[in-house]
Amino acid sequence: MGGTMIELRGATKVFSGMDHPAVDHLDLSVPEGELVVFVGPSGCGKTTTLKMINRIVEPTSGTITIGGQNVLDRPAHLVRRDIGYVIQQIGLFPHNTIERNIATVPRLLGWDDDRTAARVDELIGLMGLDPDMKSRYPGELSGGQRQRVGVARALAADPPVLLMDEPYGAVDPLVRTRLQDQLLELQRDLHKTIVFVTHDIDEAIRLGDRIAILNVGGKLEQFDTPEQLLRAPANEFVEDFLGGERGLKRLALRCVGDLGTLPRGSVVSADASGEEAIAAAKAYGGEWCGVLDGDELRGWAWVDEFRGAVRAGDVETRRFRVGISRDSTLREALDAMVRSSTGVAAIFDDRDRYLGMLQLGDLTAEITTGQGHP
Amino acid sequence: MTGPLTSLVLGQAAPAGQWLRQNGDVIVDRGIEHLQLTAISIGLGLVISIALSVIALRYRRTYRPITMAAGVVFTIPSIALFPVLRPYFGLTATTAIIGLTLYTLLFLIRNILVGIESVPADVVEAAEGQGYARNRLFVEIELPLALPVILAGVRIATVTTIGLVTITGLIGYGGFGFFIFDGLRSNLYLPKLLVGALAPMVLALLADGALQLVERALTPWSRRAAG
Repeated sequence: MGGTMIELRGATKVFSGMDHPAVDHLDLSVPEGELVVFVGPSGCGKTTTLKMINRIVEPTSGTITIGGQNVLDRPAHLVRRDIGYVIQQIGLFPHNTIERNIATVPRLLGWDDDRTAARVDELIGLMGLDPDMKSRYPGELSGGQRQRVGVARALAADPPVLLMDEPYGAVDPLVRTRLQDQLLELQRDLHKTIVFVTHDIDEAIRLGDRIAILNVGGKLEQFDTPEQLLRAPANEFVEDFLGGERGLKRLALRCVGDLGTLPRGSVVSADASGEEAIAAAKAYGGEWCGVLDGDELRGWAWVDEFRGAVRAGDVETRRFRVGISRDSTLREALDAMVRSSTGVAAIFDDRDRYLGMLQLGDLTAEITTGQGHP
Repeated sequence: MTGPLTSLVLGQAAPAGQWLRQNGDVIVDRGIEHLQLTAISIGLGLVISIALSVIALRYRRTYRPITMAAGVVFTIPSIALFPVLRPYFGLTATTAIIGLTLYTLLFLIRNILVGIESVPADVVEAAEGQGYARNRLFVEIELPLALPVILAGVRIATVTTIGLVTITGLIGYGGFGFFIFDGLRSNLYLPKLLVGALAPMVLALLADGALQLVERALTPWSRRAAG
């Protein structure tokens, strides 16, 4: 890893009958093993650029190399067999079973039947599809299932490069989120070089290791990590395109675990005295204190209720209704704070053991640093 | 001495049933001829139509000339076409088959073109993106997906051809149609005309039904998706 996988140099596309090029002398390098998102308004040439990589659109001029090899040096259909391709309409072959659809590229490459069948089974497992589905036809599947079959087909011959053209544009938001999660999970294991086109900046921020923001005519406005884009937009166009809530969007990029040591927060053990609970609350700057039973966070009570209590554990407590984990994003942490009556987000591990708590002050630094225009 | 006389009397008086009983073999032979002429013409028509459709789709300038020519050929009155072909090919099956094949082209070419053009663009783009070369894409993706529309064309062409075969009775063929021309020249016309007219109708209905079954067998995906 680390090298450049896809390189565009002066890539230009002029469609016949058009005055202006759809893409004009675009230079861009996609690092190996990264998920790069092309995003921009319609007419920015993001899809055209993607389709020049596998020559669905033939470049008018410029060079495009994959793994150092010029894509124009080989017949287009051979180049494409080494590149996974997923489009918004999916384009499964309606007359072929799911099994045969997934086996498309292995068959084109002339794999033997056993190897192809084994690979199909592997992909069905990888994509979390039901093995019974193999003998069905695409018309019998739901949109989300079809989209996963489309990805399985693209991955079938284990290509190093995957091109995805608005793959989740046609599915409902709930399914889209699930498919995005699955893609991120897959990518953690597979480390493909992925070029992903979308018009949705939130999807770009969510998925991309890097984001290329394109303007009309295929002008590259900024090519950076999501973090860096949100922290320091290169110009007004990028800033406008990123939209409002840039601080919130940045929070969505970081996990609770990224903060390092978590503040213990306003808690005392059940054996502590009421006075100790009151002191802990004051130290935390609040009017309430949580009570811990070993690793288990039993709940919280107001300062007044601890007064005179011999044992904090004897005070009746209310439950923390919202809990988050180390894997939660800081945005989710913020959301938990807003929703809880105590104004904090309590953090638990996967066995519900208490890890610490965050309050707004802990996030202020994350929200305010590098806003671009202080 | 009484032979010719007797047969004449009997021939005039013989009920249609007797003619049928006595000519069973001939009727079956003509039926086979009817089927053969139809099958050969449809087969040849398909080969020519697929070839012309491929040319029309690949070289767009030929598209209109090809479809128009197929349309013009279809407008030639069949009763005129066979006598026109006769000086060149004689009273042969070739003459019959050339004529019949020409008439299949309109339905076949038009439905092949419509069928191929109605294959969803995203399916074609996906196939190209996976690495299908042009010819293989046509055979493995476009043709099978166009099959329901193409087979609809084959059905129309078959039913039409079965009717047209009777006209080749003009040049001594005609399948069941032979009996029509024979009947028009003989005193015992009723059973002959009935066989010549009704048998092709029955044949056409049977062929249409059979092709419908073929279509269902060849396109399992279209039923499953709808269900």
